[in-house]
Amino acid sequence: MSLLAIKDLSVSYGAIQALSGISLHVEDGEIVTLIGGNGAGKSTTLRTVSGLLKPGQGSVEFEGKSIHGTAPHRIAQSRLVHVPEGRGIFANLSVEENLMLGAFSRHDADQIAADRERVLTLFPRVRERLRQQAGTLSGGEQQMLAIGRALLARPKLLMLDEPSLGLAPQIVQTIFQVIQQINREGTTILLVEQNASMALQVAHRAYVIEVGRIQIEGPARELAASDAVRKAYLGAH
Amino acid sequence: MPRDSTQSPQTRLTPANSGFSGTTGNAWYGLFPLVAGLAMATALQFILPGAAGPYYSRIVIDAGIAIVLAVSLNIVNGMTGQFSIGHAGFMALGGYTAGILTHYGSMLLWGSAGRHGGFLGSGELLFAASCLAGGLISAVAGYVVGLPSLRLRGDYLAIVTLGFGEIMRVILQQTGRVIDDAEKFRSGGLSQLIPPPVGGAVGFDGLPKYTSLFWVYSLVTVTVVVAYRLKVSSPGRAMISVREDEIAAQAMGVDIARQKVMAFVIAAFFAGAAGGMFAHESGVIISPRDAGFQRSFDYVIMTVLGGRGSISGVLIAAAVLTALPEMLRDFEQYRLIVYALLLIMMMLVRPQGLFGIHEIWDLFAPFLRRQQKAAP
Ligand SMILES: Nc1ncnc2c1ncn2[C@@H]1O[C@H](COP(=O)(O)OP(=O)(O)OP(=O)(O)O)[C@@H](O)[C@H]1O
Ligand SMILES: [Mg+2]
Repeated sequence: MSLLAIKDLSVSYGAIQALSGISLHVEDGEIVTLIGGNGAGKSTTLRTVSGLLKPGQGSVEFEGKSIHGTAPHRIAQSRLVHVPEGRGIFANLSVEENLMLGAFSRHDADQIAADRERVLTLFPRVRERLRQQAGTLSGGEQQMLAIGRALLARPKLLMLDEPSLGLAPQIVQTIFQVIQQINREGTTILLVEQNASMALQVAHRAYVIEVGRIQIEGPARELAASDAVRKAYLGAH
Repeated sequence: MPRDSTQSPQTRLTPANSGFSGTTGNAWYGLFPLVAGLAMATALQFILPGAAGPYYSRIVIDAGIAIVLAVSLNIVNGMTGQFSIGHAGFMALGGYTAGILTHYGSMLLWGSAGRHGGFLGSGELLFAASCLAGGLISAVAGYVVGLPSLRLRGDYLAIVTLGFGEIMRVILQQTGRVIDDAEKFRSGGLSQLIPPPVGGAVGFDGLPKYTSLFWVYSLVTVTVVVAYRLKVSSPGRAMISVREDEIAAQAMGVDIARQKVMAFVIAAFFAGAAGGMFAHESGVIISPRDAGFQRSFDYVIMTVLGGRGSISGVLIAAAVLTALPEMLRDFEQYRLIVYALLLIMMMLVRPQGLFGIHEIWDLFAPFLRRQQKAAP
């Protein structure tokens, strides 16, 4: 049984068909990446899985159970956690309060404290800024906070939407290292990226999506080596 | 002109007690603000009228009622970021409910609608219970009005809440005459309650005047303590997260529908209880007009000036905006102009309100921390 299984999923925004029958699956322990150009439907896929959008057709199963039509907060409570595009930081709250909201659905105080410590060890820069208003963090720090906050929800599956968006190469490097580390420590990850070369370096498997359809899928290493992918997404000639 | 709560860099402050484990503290720590508040209310009751006279006591009572209304409205408009302009509707509903209970309750219990018993006597206890009941009825109305907030936002929700207040006003105008004769009321059947005998357009006259500094500031204390505990607790943060970013809030497992409706229910409860105090204030005859748009708007202005989400800011704004028109009474004809200019100036200088979303003591927090560090 896959941790996440999407079958023949179609989604439209009014008259605009954003996804036309995509299928993908994520196995326990993997990093799977979904890459593709602007407007390909990557964010739409994540939004549908997390319940923010209702699928027109097809099925979404998490841990073998259909989550079709389930309210977004219920899906989050079942530990499928989405870090939306643009990070979704609560700008007027402090960094600490943002982290606390990550643990909103949990009541195991001791374990929460331990997880908080783990997050602050992963992101020392977040620890230095606990009292700062979150909206005043730099873009990179906000991304770290967004990931850290999501980790406090103890995700079984963590869905990241373009964590590298608008960040300097150094910070991107750091973020991707942390993503790998989180995964080694047991969290399964579905990573949406435009930065295909970075994504293919850290992922186990990859899907390439174009205008609402999956075009190519396979082990990340193979895709990184394939001519078609290199031409279209890795800027090779 | 930026109207939202974007912060200037120098106000990078956070609630002083944002410990991660939240509100642990022992029972005494939790009770202290309540006890202190009730002590203050008692002190006001016995000192202020003698020291300052009835005129100023009256203003202080008015300010207290305004504080309860503005601080509670701030839970909806400030914390969850919705926009309600029907708060006076909840106030009036609570006020009329409490009025029915004290007026007709007194007739049944004691044979007359007049004041019964002294400070904390049986009449005052009936009054307190009636205000509580007024709050509960308003809370139910808050639930009903809050439901559309799940589908509507911004301007549309504002129109629904505005409509609620205006509907309350029109319904109250259609009510029957107040029954003043206790004997007649006692012998009459239930049919005399339809339409409710609460005075129609002229207002609910003849209510026993129980409202005092003690009761008003006891309610202020409870309101402020509840609002503050809410703000620094997990449910309160969930409300604020709805204001900040609905999508991210849901991704954290926050049920945004529940938070929005809950904010309406809590706010309506306190508005209703404050309405009970208003209806029983001497010199006041609660009337359908009190449910209307103008009064609602006064409270909206207080929350905007105080800072959306800042309890102490809204408290100060409510007190000042209540006292100010009284102080300006000597300039009667210019009063409204000065009032308007003040508002415009404030919006130009501090569009985020007095303290933004912060509290007054947060402004001293960096200073206090420095002091703590300096001390061995
Ligand atoms: N709210 C919306 N209303 C209408 N159309 C939308 C909406 N959101 C997305 N779309 C359309 O759906 C398609 C897929 O958008 P989506 O956001 O999923 O792309 P994406 O792959 O995440 O792109 P990017 O990398 O630029 O973020 C696009 O054509 C977009 O214009
Ligand atoms: Mg996208």
